[in-house]
Amino acid sequence: MTNLIKIAGRNLFRYKRRTLLTLSLIVVGVLFVAGFMAVTGSFKTLMIGQITDSFVGHMQIHRKGYLAAIDTLPLTMNLRAQAVKKIESVLKETPDIEAYSLRIKFGGMFSNFTETTNIRLNGVDPEMEAKTVPLLLPRIMEGEKALKKGEILVPELLSRGMKVNVGDMVVVIATNRDGSVNGKQLKVTGILESATGPGGRDGYVHIQDAQEILRMDEREISEIAIRIKDFGRLYEVFGVLEGKLSGELNKQGKPVYEVHTWEQLSPFYNIARMIDMMTLFIKLMLIAVVLISIMNVMIMAVYERVREIGTIAAIGTLPRKILSMFLIEGLLLGAIGAAIGGLMSIALVYGLNAAGFTYNFGRQKDIVLSASVNPQDLLVIMGIVILVAVVASLQPALKASRMDPIKALGYV
Amino acid sequence: MELIIGKDIKKDYQTGEVAIHALKGVTFSLPRGAFVAIVGPSGSGKTTLLNLIGCLDKPSGGGLLVAGLDVTTLGKTDAAVFRGKHIGFIFQSFNLIPVLTAYENVEYPLVMVQNISPSKRKKQVQDLLAAVGMADQQKKMPDQLSGGQKQRVAIARALVTHPDLVLADEPTANLDHDTAMSILALMKRIRRELDTTFVFSTHDSRIIGEAESIYRIEDGTMKTNGNGGGRGHD
Repeated sequence: MTNLIKIAGRNLFRYKRRTLLTLSLIVVGVLFVAGFMAVTGSFKTLMIGQITDSFVGHMQIHRKGYLAAIDTLPLTMNLRAQAVKKIESVLKETPDIEAYSLRIKFGGMFSNFTETTNIRLNGVDPEMEAKTVPLLLPRIMEGEKALKKGEILVPELLSRGMKVNVGDMVVVIATNRDGSVNGKQLKVTGILESATGPGGRDGYVHIQDAQEILRMDEREISEIAIRIKDFGRLYEVFGVLEGKLSGELNKQGKPVYEVHTWEQLSPFYNIARMIDMMTLFIKLMLIAVVLISIMNVMIMAVYERVREIGTIAAIGTLPRKILSMFLIEGLLLGAIGAAIGGLMSIALVYGLNAAGFTYNFGRQKDIVLSASVNPQDLLVIMGIVILVAVVASLQPALKASRMDPIKALGYV
Repeated sequence: MELIIGKDIKKDYQTGEVAIHALKGVTFSLPRGAFVAIVGPSGSGKTTLLNLIGCLDKPSGGGLLVAGLDVTTLGKTDAAVFRGKHIGFIFQSFNLIPVLTAYENVEYPLVMVQNISPSKRKKQVQDLLAAVGMADQQKKMPDQLSGGQKQRVAIARALVTHPDLVLADEPTANLDHDTAMSILALMKRIRRELDTTFVFSTHDSRIIGEAESIYRIEDGTMKTNGNGGGRGHD
């Protein structure tokens, strides 16, 4: 094997310019894929973090059918106290759950005593909410980064439109599930920065105020937002919760609850999927580049060394050894290209981070690009390159191994 | 004892719709340790005969025994194994592997064909390089050697596996007269020392005289089979 590698290595060195050109193509391909993944991966991770940590949470539990009707925020589809108690006990006994928050979501009228407009509100327990969506309080642009009973956090656009500032008194009026209208005066204690996605422009009140406005005798919950300890285990935890809650059936024999991951709750998931699709296409392009360039170089190598192949075949080299000789040559080319490309990709990621590029996402400005390349992803890219290099060498190598020594020796 | 026995060997090639009868029933035998020239004009069939003896090709008819084995039945892989074990080749254009040094070229059959251990093959290679007068050039690459030096390395490569038979196709055609004569002298000396059978094809009249036996082929048939001018089998 050492001798085969030695011969393959020297043959690569023999055609320096061609080898260098092919290596450059592979290196550029690996760099491009790794760079693209590092940048889009960073963007994707940041955006998912923003969405899940600002308002959505990692998962949510609703009464079945609530999500389909969420635009109207139907109070009739809230979870009753007993159901909430059951879900809470399930959440508490699931070790993967870090925190959860009970929310009463409702729509109402918002008045500054001179003007009135619509508002979507979340009644939350501030402590539970802050643990579940830790970026909620940092989103408070002005005012105290807290929420107490009798206070309201007003979304930025609404505060601007209604000329409401921190310290102002406002009135929130809402209709409860029975059609009865009620209102409550609340003090504006914070202005919330808008966030991209559904719920990013909602206001927040204390859950007890929401209960009071909606005249709930016992607490009814619209949704339970959940934060898990390890986001990488999202689907496993989702499966566990769904398994535990699917046993609850209604009179029609259908599940009472629905568990959703953030992906089903935010349209950004489609963008995330698009990024994944683009990454796949870029990987396919890399495969094509490696395949074509290595196949081309190996076909050339076989044509240029026909007499040499004839000689080694004549003196007794077995066809499988000739096959190995050319396969190793392709493998070496792929491995060297992948290794250089891998190292340069790491350097590229460092370079991008050192340059401190910024970008905007929705209303969020100057987000600093924090490119990162997962070592596992990089190894997969390098593995693909090496594998494709071997596959690309297979046809020329087979041709060489099957060559008739007489014809090969007579080749000019 | 006969090393090669050929009986009524025929070889036909099909070129389009035309059949070419390269060998039209050649019968001959060669004793072990012979130093034989196969001569004849271009296209007479001498290279075809060498290819058949060298198990690079199969006859269309007739029988051929080499080192006691009927080589007409060998498959591609078995033929390669047989060549690696019993036959050495010397080519007109030397055909050294350009990425290997002179030493590595000679070592190649031991490594890639016979899988001999490194310690054993080192001595074998160095002895042969010394025998062909190339010990001091062993680290040079083929493109740093003259034609005569390349052919010496090629002879060492052909002999390193201690084959029963060395086939040389026009071994001196690319060499000047003096170098050609020295290469022939080298081949004869080694034949004497190692008792290896040498069969070479040539149409160079200056070197035909060095052969002990001459087989003349014309138009695919063996015309004469006589003694050459070279010294006999010592």
